[in-house]
Amino acid sequence: MHPTERAEPTGAIKMKLKTLLAKHKTALVARWVDSIVETYPPETAKFLKNKKDQFQNPVGHTIVAETKNLFDQVLEGVDREKATPFLDRIIRVRAIQEFTPSQALSFVFSMKYIIREIVGPEIDTEALDQELVDLEASLDFMALVAFDIYMSCREQVLDIRAKEVQQNAYLLLRRANLLVEKPGPRPEDS
Amino acid sequence: MDTKPEFKPGNFLYAGKASALETVGLPNPRDWSPTDDDWQLPADWKGIVHEGMAERLQRFRSFKLFMDVCVRCGACADKCHFFIGSGDPKNMPVLRAELIRSIYRGEFKTAGKILGKLAGGRKLTEDVIKEWFYYFFQCTECRRCSVFCPYGIDTAEITIIAREILNLIGCNIDWIASPVANCFMTGNHLGLKPHTFKENVEYLLDDIEEYVGVRIEPTFNRKGAEILFVTPSGDVFAEPGIFTFMGYLMLFDHIGLDYTWSTYASEGGNFGFFTSHEMMKRLNAKMYAEAKRLGVKWILGGECGHMWRVVHQYMNTLNGPADFLEQPISPLTGTRFENAAATKMVHITEFTADLIKNNKLKLDPSQNDHIIPTFHDSCNTSRGMGLLEEPRYVLNNVCNNFVDMAPQVIRENTFCCGSGSGLNAGEYLEMRLRGGLPRANAVKRVHEDHGVNMLSCVCAIDRAVFPALMDYWVPEVGVCGVSELVANALVMEGQGEREYNLRGEENPSYKPPAEDEASAEAGEEGEE
Ligand code: SF4
Ligand code: SF4
Repeated sequence: MHPTERAEPTGAIKMKLKTLLAKHKTALVARWVDSIVETYPPETAKFLKNKKDQFQNPVGHTIVAETKNLFDQVLEGVDREKATPFLDRIIRVRAIQEFTPSQALSFVFSMKYIIREIVGPEIDTEALDQELVDLEASLDFMALVAFDIYMSCREQVLDIRAKEVQQNAYLLLRRANLLVEKPGPRPEDS
Repeated sequence: MDTKPEFKPGNFLYAGKASALETVGLPNPRDWSPTDDDWQLPADWKGIVHEGMAERLQRFRSFKLFMDVCVRCGACADKCHFFIGSGDPKNMPVLRAELIRSIYRGEFKTAGKILGKLAGGRKLTEDVIKEWFYYFFQCTECRRCSVFCPYGIDTAEITIIAREILNLIGCNIDWIASPVANCFMTGNHLGLKPHTFKENVEYLLDDIEEYVGVRIEPTFNRKGAEILFVTPSGDVFAEPGIFTFMGYLMLFDHIGLDYTWSTYASEGGNFGFFTSHEMMKRLNAKMYAEAKRLGVKWILGGECGHMWRVVHQYMNTLNGPADFLEQPISPLTGTRFENAAATKMVHITEFTADLIKNNKLKLDPSQNDHIIPTFHDSCNTSRGMGLLEEPRYVLNNVCNNFVDMAPQVIRENTFCCGSGSGLNAGEYLEMRLRGGLPRANAVKRVHEDHGVNMLSCVCAIDRAVFPALMDYWVPEVGVCGVSELVANALVMEGQGEREYNLRGEENPSYKPPAEDEASAEAGEEGEE
């Protein structure tokens, strides 16, 4: 089966690794947040991390909230349907900012390095290499889902632009019979 | 401060067309693109910019003051929707202003001239012009930053001057220059000729007849009418603006207003405001010239943003006093609109609120029961003229479900739509999605928490740009003008069954009259 067609969630990671990651959750998620905000210039990164108000700092707020959710997904096994809204909220923003596609999505892969960085030694001592391989496969799957979301955001931008052109000249197009009419009401009336 | 912006599709606006510039006599008409290496600036461009800046430092004390007094406290830094949505630090208002302030220091102040960068100064180069073009067309002149500045520095005014200077060497955008030229020649942004304007209105009258069951016969260019009504032309052809336009037609018919439309002053919007003070004056003058020609007593203005900022803040010094007009008094309620004493022009929302307060409208708010609206304070009507209570009062009277967004992002603190000040061009959609992110985020919250499904507003640019913004960020939320909701609730004399709304969609809040007691209901549903 092609990896992107995975209907079932990736298997939940094994107990030992899960316990280990759960123990370091705060540190892991914090590093993950850092790795995303650091893709912005330093002044912006500072703002994204420090300003707490969800309305005045919507991007920072989204990054913090959704990385937590995504981390839980990693622990449980990545489910396309469940992971999509979390990924979408982060990617929807990055898809329209000044990033290349790889820059927009690299954050999913950074988790691999973060795990090695923070819990690598313990993984070694407890010989959890095989479990780590499974975990990394699950992050790869998350990256594939992320790619689909990114593409759909980009396509949406194009669709919206075309639709806006029509809306902005709606009546002129309608009068020139260039629009498909909306179904009119009660034709048999009177 | 030194990195040059990279112009890429989606992050820049197309250059002003030579023909548009020629129409209104703007300098340096030529065909060019921001992506060109050579912008074909006039040979002595440096001298022109230098002189232009010197002249404006003299003429506008605010500009001089804003150049001098910023203490870089940073209070404004994170208040701009473009910074919040793009993450680009040069969109911090303080740094945006610094783009021009550094030239002021480097070219006009002795310390800066000698010490250069050490004194925060720099020299004028072509790259500076490119950077100005990039960032001063990434400011919607919304004034949110000024609310938070302890010195009242208004970066919007700095942008206004910067764009004016850019215009001196022909660095302007098509989405502003073409509407300006059209407005100057035919009276509105799209260049609709009088007969086309009238035919469009007639089309909408047919729709009202079909959906509401009443035939309305407004007048055009009628001399001796009491009131001239002026609104942005977008509402006469764009969706969903046309439904707001239908709302005006129904409201005026409902109260029997003695008013007329002008096919010459067929535009309330004033893109001259985004070009230069002189261009703003030229376009604003038209409305008043038409009021004079028709001999009306005063002007009623529709739902628009920057039209009101121009009228409220500039009109009187530009073209006033309009003493050939009378101080507006509502013919229905006798209310004297004191705040319009100088401009002789009243905002439709204020006018409607006064009608409601005096019980002059027959309303059935339950017709809007399927709508849970929130309200977007347009930057211009809120920060630019203080219209804060009236729209909410109207909404609470024509709907049963109005919900406000979070207090830190409404009223004076409102977030811009991200497309104002002439930036609402199609090619700029990505930048607009960045700029509109904070607004959309607040809408999303009330959508998720309270089921809000409609974003209402009193600005034509909002109506034009929010559908795209909502589609991307909160697709479950529609967009409408406040006057459309008023019209939904209006019980028109002789109306038919209101099974359809003004959009021709089935009205989920329509209740068929119960067989026998149909006439007991207020509203006298139409004859069979
Ligand atoms: S006026 Fe508005 S868009 Fe311009 S810098 Fe200030 S907050 Fe940003
Ligand atoms: S808030 Fe005012 S004084 Fe402070 S940095 Fe901004 S513009 Fe300067």
